[in-house]
Amino acid sequence: MELSEHLFRHEAGRMVATLTRIFGVHNLSLAEDVVQEAFCRALEIWGFRGVPENPSAWLMTTAKNRALDVLRRERTARTFAPELTRQLESEWTLAPTVEEEFGPTAVRDDELRMMFSCCTPRLSEEAQVALILHILCGFSVDEIAGAFVSSHAAIEKRITRSKKVLADSKKLFDVSGSDDFARRLPVVQRTLYLLFNEGYHGASSERAVRSELCQEAMRLTSMLLRNSLGAIPSSYALAALMSLNAARLPARVVSGNLTMLVEQDRSQFDQSLAEEGLKLLEHSATGPEISDYHVEAAIAWVHTSTQRPEDTDWATIISLYDRLMAIRPSPVVALNRAIAIAQREGPQRGLEEIRAIRDLERLAKYPFYHAALGEFEVRIGHFQDARHHFASALSLARNPMERSFFEQRIAACK
Amino acid sequence: MNEFVFLYRGGSRDGSPAEIQQVMQKWMNWFKELAEKGHVKDRGQPLERVGKLVSGKRKTVTDGPFAEAKDVVGGYTLIVAKDLNEAAELSKGCPILERDGEVEVRPVMKLNM
Repeated sequence: MELSEHLFRHEAGRMVATLTRIFGVHNLSLAEDVVQEAFCRALEIWGFRGVPENPSAWLMTTAKNRALDVLRRERTARTFAPELTRQLESEWTLAPTVEEEFGPTAVRDDELRMMFSCCTPRLSEEAQVALILHILCGFSVDEIAGAFVSSHAAIEKRITRSKKVLADSKKLFDVSGSDDFARRLPVVQRTLYLLFNEGYHGASSERAVRSELCQEAMRLTSMLLRNSLGAIPSSYALAALMSLNAARLPARVVSGNLTMLVEQDRSQFDQSLAEEGLKLLEHSATGPEISDYHVEAAIAWVHTSTQRPEDTDWATIISLYDRLMAIRPSPVVALNRAIAIAQREGPQRGLEEIRAIRDLERLAKYPFYHAALGEFEVRIGHFQDARHHFASALSLARNPMERSFFEQRIAACK
Repeated sequence: MNEFVFLYRGGSRDGSPAEIQQVMQKWMNWFKELAEKGHVKDRGQPLERVGKLVSGKRKTVTDGPFAEAKDVVGGYTLIVAKDLNEAAELSKGCPILERDGEVEVRPVMKLNM
């Protein structure tokens, strides 16, 4: 039997979430040990005897049995989840309680509970993203360091510290309280948005890594949509913007090279993701609130649904960027708006808009700011200036893929 | 054709979920390849890493583990090969070797009657 590619990673997230629910968040590392043990058993037994009929159920049962051992052996030495203490103390209720906690509905809630717990305001956004990748997506420190093009030591420090903060938080987040849920939800959405962007715009040059991060963000967002409190219009809008952008990912990175939006081959767009995105966008169009995710999803839809780049409806895109600036102003949004204006009104206007950006200095380290200036100068015919800007972009490039892209632009300045 | 036992010793139990899944896949592929070439007499069994050790005339029973983790036998397989050299050659494909483990290759004694 063929295993799905990410089975172990995804099951790791589910098992840790459920075990932490039973053991208590202070026993996070114990939960992780039990999960590792379950994988080692799978390695040894499946290696010899083949993959069982239902691999997920096999892993969950193994984790459950191991959890029962641990609970029986250590119930005098350790305290477990405070809200389950009584049920876990008595042999009469221990097994049924653990059985119930490993039921499919309970496990689904556990993953959501863990996601909300990782998004604690006591952690920075980067730390939340790393923690979610580690705990819920089953990525090791090395795998995360690889995806972020960061050092092992830096990521290890971030994750160790984050895990400590989580373990010290005494209690997992309560996903049944609607007020707390509504307050925490925007933080969770933001973290998933950043996770997606790490894949979409991030530093890694490997297409596989990038699409994996995007897929993880989409998988976790779909968990939000399966919960009655999580399935609100802004969550649908977030899911829509992910699907619509992910649909363009195959055309964005072609055989290890970045492609400019205006040159992207539309036939390479993933049609089923685009359709999925449109459905989600329609679901998001209820209620009075228009979130930044709605606006970004709408921009992505304009790009994804346009057959030929030259037919792009830049007027609509500009007005959407105006709207985004009103909801979530930032120099990067302003830059994208300037690029859209240049497409419609010419490079000269693009340069004017860029010069008018507030906090322009915050873009100084952003390679695509210099690249945008370069593109405008090329179109005006100022090749020397353009070369100069592309050289600045090149010096800030974060990976070989970006480097070769800027090198090609420099070479084209003739 | 002669029979041999592969004893798998040690082997790292570390690794990310994705890595462990890959190693597991390699074990299955390796067994499949050996079986297709007719070298597997009995796939054998994986062994638990705990147990009891019974020793001496006094039959003292102690709890395992009996050895350093790197020496613990984690399983065995019964292999068919031309000779010891071929059996050793076959063992080189075992994924345990990439994970700090060893394969002990031992000929099964023949009854020369």
